[in-house]
Amino acid sequence: MASGALTLDRIKAGNLQPVSEKIAPGEILCLSGPSGSGKSRLLRAVADLDPHEGSVSIAGESQQDLRGHRWRRAVMMVPADSAWWFETVGEHMPAPMTEALKQLGFDEDVSRWSIERLSSGEKQRLALVRALAYQPRALLLDEPTANLDPDATRETEQWLCQVIRERSLPTLWVAHDREQIKRVADRHLHIEGDRLVESSGDKD
Amino acid sequence: MDVIELSWWQLAMAATLVLALAGCVYWARLGVGNSLLIAAARTALQLTLVGFVLEALFAVGKPLWVALMGLGMLMLAGREVMARQNYRLRGAWGFAIGTVSMFVSAFSVTVLMLIVVIGPTPWYSPQYAIPLLGMLLGNTMTGIALALDRLTEGVRRERQLVEGRLMLGQTWREACGELRRDAMRSGLMPIINAMAAAGIVSLPGMMTGQILSGTAPALAVKYQILIMFTIAAGTGFGTFLAVSVASRRLFDGSERLRLDRLTSS
Repeated sequence: MASGALTLDRIKAGNLQPVSEKIAPGEILCLSGPSGSGKSRLLRAVADLDPHEGSVSIAGESQQDLRGHRWRRAVMMVPADSAWWFETVGEHMPAPMTEALKQLGFDEDVSRWSIERLSSGEKQRLALVRALAYQPRALLLDEPTANLDPDATRETEQWLCQVIRERSLPTLWVAHDREQIKRVADRHLHIEGDRLVESSGDKD
Repeated sequence: MDVIELSWWQLAMAATLVLALAGCVYWARLGVGNSLLIAAARTALQLTLVGFVLEALFAVGKPLWVALMGLGMLMLAGREVMARQNYRLRGAWGFAIGTVSMFVSAFSVTVLMLIVVIGPTPWYSPQYAIPLLGMLLGNTMTGIALALDRLTEGVRRERQLVEGRLMLGQTWREACGELRRDAMRSGLMPIINAMAAAGIVSLPGMMTGQILSGTAPALAVKYQILIMFTIAAGTGFGTFLAVSVASRRLFDGSERLRLDRLTSS
């Protein structure tokens, strides 16, 4: 799977000033800011879920050149609340993800689990596994560990960082927790008012 | 067989039943007393008027007038479909989808029945064309209105699910497939139930009317079967068309879910 940089060119979402950023393959760009400041809307614009101004491209391929579903399969957004529509976990997985599930501490029979008995934390981790099973070329993560306890958060973080580096996925990661941002971010943008401000010195 | 004449005072006696019901409705504070009375008054007024129109139409029998009558009925049915939806598509789409679907299904099925099956001369003979079209439009209207209402309610309620599926790279068709099927089913249910229960639980209205006015039951039954099948086809195809077009319109060229294209009426 050829990967490349994710380039945002004057993306206008919500009340934010137009955003231009280049996220390199395997780079994690963290985005933080008060609720309602437009973080999710920026992700939605990049995933082309809302009409927006500006353009985005992945490895030189522009959003406009791809059909909507092809773009979203390449630039995959994982929302804070995931959607499930079949009875069991396995039916939602496009490919077996044994290794990933094991790393996140799931049993082997998780694919037979009923969706109804999943906790919100389990849903969130399984949604990440499902998204990666589609072999995306970039990731847009909206608070991927919001429903997890501290141990599971660490475990999920480490697994995500490892996959992102291995597959060289440019990643836009919305996070609240400053400690988490320090741990995972290569770069960190903070929303102040209607503009994005680069925070330096986060990473150890 | 002789037909017993009905006079206006006899209808007035039937009307007292509705008045009694309205009294109970007010007493029980159901809040639909006014709607009941207005609807009853509309029935009396509209049917009387249409009676005059039909008498005139039958007397003239010109194709132009028959066509105009059909068009008028279609427009009213289209308005009704639009009014029955809690959320409808903005702009001309809200009216056009229902109306065009009814035009395509109800009109073509009616014309097909007239020319191929019943075969009156001339084929547009108003005595056959207008009642048949009326039955079809009435039922198609119900089916399409139910289906569209179910569709728009469904996507509003399931927005998170539909968008979640879009985020995984599904096409708009996959993302709303279940909602589309659900909407089409709910449009088809009334006619399926009516056909399943016909003759067992209830005698259909048209057949009852024909028998009351002196037609032999065997012939009335044949007409009723014809009408039921015709209605099933008209409703079914109309519902398919309306739901297909409306669901496409809920997504834009980039397969984004566009709930901003809905407006509450």
